[in-house]
Amino acid sequence: MSTSSEAPSRWSRIRDSDILASFLKSKVTMVAAFVVLILFIGAAFSPWLAPTNPFDPATVFLADSMIPPAWQDGGEARFILGTDDQGRDLYSAILYGMRVSLIVGGLGVALAASIGITLGLLAGYLGGRVDAVIMRIADVQLTFPAILIALLIDGVVRGLFKSASREDTAIYVLVISIGLSFWVQYARTIRGSTLVERNKDYVMAARLVGLPAPLIMLRHVLPNVIGPVLVILTINLGLAVITEATLSFLGVGLPATQPSLGTLISIGNRYLFSGDWWIVAFPGITLAALVLAVNLLGDWLRDALNPRLR
Amino acid sequence: MLAYILRSLMQGLVVMLAVAFIAFTMFRFVGDPVVNMLGQEATLQDRAELTERLGLNDPVPLQFARFVADAAQGDFGVSWRQGRKVSSLIVERLPATVELAVLSAIFAFVVGIALGVYAAIRRDGWIANLVMSLSLIGVSLPTFLIGIGLIYIFAVELRWLPSFGRGDTVRIGWWTTGLLTVSGLKSLVLPVLTLGFLQLTLIMRLVRSEMLEVMRADFIRFARARGIPERKIEFRHALRNTMIPVITIAGLQLGGVIAFAIVTETVFQWPGLGALFVNAVQFVDVPVMSAYLMFVAFVFVLTSLMVDLIYVALDPRLRGSPAMAK
Repeated sequence: MSTSSEAPSRWSRIRDSDILASFLKSKVTMVAAFVVLILFIGAAFSPWLAPTNPFDPATVFLADSMIPPAWQDGGEARFILGTDDQGRDLYSAILYGMRVSLIVGGLGVALAASIGITLGLLAGYLGGRVDAVIMRIADVQLTFPAILIALLIDGVVRGLFKSASREDTAIYVLVISIGLSFWVQYARTIRGSTLVERNKDYVMAARLVGLPAPLIMLRHVLPNVIGPVLVILTINLGLAVITEATLSFLGVGLPATQPSLGTLISIGNRYLFSGDWWIVAFPGITLAALVLAVNLLGDWLRDALNPRLR
Repeated sequence: MLAYILRSLMQGLVVMLAVAFIAFTMFRFVGDPVVNMLGQEATLQDRAELTERLGLNDPVPLQFARFVADAAQGDFGVSWRQGRKVSSLIVERLPATVELAVLSAIFAFVVGIALGVYAAIRRDGWIANLVMSLSLIGVSLPTFLIGIGLIYIFAVELRWLPSFGRGDTVRIGWWTTGLLTVSGLKSLVLPVLTLGFLQLTLIMRLVRSEMLEVMRADFIRFARARGIPERKIEFRHALRNTMIPVITIAGLQLGGVIAFAIVTETVFQWPGLGALFVNAVQFVDVPVMSAYLMFVAFVFVLTSLMVDLIYVALDPRLRGSPAMAK
């Protein structure tokens, strides 16, 4: 930021913008951003931050299983948040699990956005029959809740991948399920703004110059319609993380050998009745905090970017 | 008005056909039905016979037509995993899910509207603010976490309520109900709260914002000017005009109730359709999956049809000429 000549001007643009002002005005948003930052750092650097590697069989001992958190009777200082049924350090497992949750959620949302943006551009720019077919599919899909569609796709994809082992394919199955469940919103948004942009002069000019349609869509229309997608991305990340956790909780997501937060909660749920509350509580709190913070950030972003609400 | 209802019916039919096509595609092309029904050890001759008997050698459009005809009569074939007719599995599980879903919807609707109206009228009161903040947290909590939390508080710690199953049920014809026994009612409390919570928060927030919007409208100011008591304005004039969007969303939310019933049923080991579906997904039991898909689509189409009819009842403008019914 210091060397480039462009950087200071860009920085001052951000500093003087309404967005930063509205960010600094909202305490809730700042707290949410702080929580998101902490959790993202924890997830990104989990191999360095976690005291143990919970997936290295050489360091995990069954004798350490079901140890309560350090401040309780029977707790040990080396396991701050206790251990689970296989003797894994819960704190480390949560850091690693959050990483898995965020990777799956992020990739799922990215896939959903790519599908939605592509189909939305095609529908809006080409119109006619292409538009009709794509938007009818979107309408039908929109009547079904995403979690149901994700479950269904999960079953279908696993039926098709039957030969491969579950551990190897689980992540891809989840990403595909989430991607195919959430694309509709992007497609609708992009199509709506593409319909407007299509008739503007600069598109007409590009057409007259003889540029091929794909190039016009990507280079000229896309940059002008991509704005609102940013907000949907943020809000959908929270939803995608919940969807992943739910699928894993239902036993059709990630297996216990590479647990996400949802898998950890699902494991902990089995021991709830024997009073071993910590196995389910800490991953649960982490998941709730993550989703709540991301949602608050998304809400703020939506309001801040919406000129009508200023 | 008739044209309006007919159009809703047509739309529903198109959606059903589209879903039937997806269900059929799954049924036909995911996994091999013959291998799944006979097992790996069957002889080639057995396989050929079953393939012929199931009509899998016929042209695909014919197979699809047969699938739709069978589905319309409630025949979805045999579960690969349980070896029983899918239709009888569904009939057996249906009462548990219907009781859970309907009670949750009523709970969410009644409490959601009450809290929403309250939050709108006393918009700056501390209770209203508390309710609004709690609802924001509620929207962000996954359903299964709410269920686990409730189980921990009310079943593990306090031991007031059971945490799994339906309790004792009474059989009335083919329907089994948990509404007539004490243990059945007790078993319903936690699942209903869990399932209704998300819809409750959504309905509440919607009612509040719609109500605030309507209270600013001219006809409310005129009603005040005419000296109509505030209470009457709030409930007779304002609430009634917020109902159209609320009914729409609530109707669409019924889909959410069914979808999240899958999660709730798994958390509480509730012997309903959702649990059946999750099991089917785990073991890739395609006939059950496609039957469940058709069932959900049917419920959706039915509710959106009902929502359309309620519009007509609530909004006199829709009863006029067909041109008005947009």
